[in-house]
Amino acid sequence: MAFTDEDIRHIAHLSRLQVSDEDVATYRDQLGAILEYVNKLKELDTENVPELAHAAGVVNTLRKDEVVGCESNVRDAAIEAFPLREGDLLEVQAVFTDRDE
Amino acid sequence: MDIQNLRIKDIHALYEQKELSSKELVSMYLDRIESENPSLNAMLSVSKDALEEAEGIDEAIAAGDEMGPLTGIPVVLKDNILVKGWEATAGSRILEGHIASYSATVVERLRSAGAILVGRANMDDAAMGSSGETSHFGATKNPWDTSKIPGGSSSGPASAVAAGFSPVALGSDTGGSVRLPAALCGVVGLKPTYGRVSRYGLIAMASSLDQIGPMARTVLDAARVLQAIEGKDAKDATSLGDLDTTVPEILETGVKGMRIGLPKEYFIDGMDERVKESVLSAARVLESGGAEIIDVSLPNTEYALAAYYIIMPAEASSNLGRYDGIRYGFSSSGKDLIDSYEQTRGAGFGREVQRRIMLGSFVLSAGYYDAYYRKALQARTLIKQDFDNVFKEVDLVLGPTSPALAWPIGEKFDDPLAMYLADIYTISANLATIPAMSIPCGFSDGLPIGFQLMAKPFNEHAMFRAGAYYQSVTDWHQRTPV
Repeated sequence: MAFTDEDIRHIAHLSRLQVSDEDVATYRDQLGAILEYVNKLKELDTENVPELAHAAGVVNTLRKDEVVGCESNVRDAAIEAFPLREGDLLEVQAVFTDRDE
Repeated sequence: MDIQNLRIKDIHALYEQKELSSKELVSMYLDRIESENPSLNAMLSVSKDALEEAEGIDEAIAAGDEMGPLTGIPVVLKDNILVKGWEATAGSRILEGHIASYSATVVERLRSAGAILVGRANMDDAAMGSSGETSHFGATKNPWDTSKIPGGSSSGPASAVAAGFSPVALGSDTGGSVRLPAALCGVVGLKPTYGRVSRYGLIAMASSLDQIGPMARTVLDAARVLQAIEGKDAKDATSLGDLDTTVPEILETGVKGMRIGLPKEYFIDGMDERVKESVLSAARVLESGGAEIIDVSLPNTEYALAAYYIIMPAEASSNLGRYDGIRYGFSSSGKDLIDSYEQTRGAGFGREVQRRIMLGSFVLSAGYYDAYYRKALQARTLIKQDFDNVFKEVDLVLGPTSPALAWPIGEKFDDPLAMYLADIYTISANLATIPAMSIPCGFSDGLPIGFQLMAKPFNEHAMFRAGAYYQSVTDWHQRTPV
């Protein structure tokens, strides 16, 4: 399948990426070419082949349920990295919009 | 002193004989970085604490403390490995100015082993790129010819080791990002078995494929660095313990009796003839040392790149969801929350990163998941089974690392698919979770060529043994760029 400009705008929105009209055309062609290449996999018979879902092949790696605090300077550095903050609080734009009240 | 050719054991001998202090050594490397880095752009910054750390090492040596495996050894780190208090950008605008709030496990382990962290090396934007050109902080150059790319995404660490900025470096490898630049810059690059090295504190790209790995001039130095950083870490549930590297013993053993497979799918039409000749002559060197060379087949090789360019973007699109402009990094404020996300990510990520995020979002989206993502995970099983079968017959698989020599800067920049094809020989090891290593094996037109060894999971030992033997009878690794 080839991508349309509308497909690219939809995928960009799903990906939370602002893309200019000029870039939409570039991405449409580039992603179309990559998709055409990966479609090669359709030739491959994968009937009854399990998925490789775990790279390390380990299951249920458990540890004791103990609370381990983080050093205070690690906490301070994390707060320091907030682009917008009020005191020690992270400032975020409103999540819910278009409310009537 | 020829600091471009110093090995770990040479440095330790100089320390023991009091011919050189750690502070003097680090100063020499820092001077070299200052004078040579402007033409290469391999380093993003140097550590302001390196000289002080070196003084501490000198005092410990003078006090008669026993030297650790990496005591006083300078190490350069790819800029996606966190060091508390250092800037950590992963070569991306979206993390420009971000200061790491904690250190990676590999960093803690390097420090316990006595290493001195020299600085941050350049890399492709978010580790996405095969050429070193996508970095927000400018392209890295190849020290053998500054009009050529060094390979990526660990472009800075490879260029830095080749240029003699540090005897060793750490990179990360998701589809060849340690091995490809190692081959194109003429150094050794190792991708360990998935799970051998903790990923805690590595800025994540594709979590089922990512591994941190050493880059060095010699196989032995790469092995020593691996030994210092490997092993189980409670902070990475996919890391595994009970490992056996036994580095010192491998030197004496040679390759007599080793069985080495040449996969017919790795020597195909379209590959550079000069690369093919060099790689086959490396196989002949091992054969003269007593190894048996056997033709083998990895029949699903032709599907590896397609499977990789589904699995990697799928995982990366999820991992990169964290860059929302809210908790850290670059932030651009829009009319509402969604608009802010889109503005931040639209301006913060480079084009290659945006392409992969969109591709990942697409293959994971409703209606396409089974046709693409699920199918790719099944292909991954078949590719792993190919290797499982071959490793019943042979100890190692030998092939090229890169299908071509280092290409001119700009040549493939606007053609992503052509760029992806540079990874064609390296991605299978990541998909199959096996260890793989690139070793210098020749030059053409003044540009280095590397061959690749692969082994079954956790059998890095076999690669070290064959690689150390190869370097004991060849001198490609001793050549340095002007």
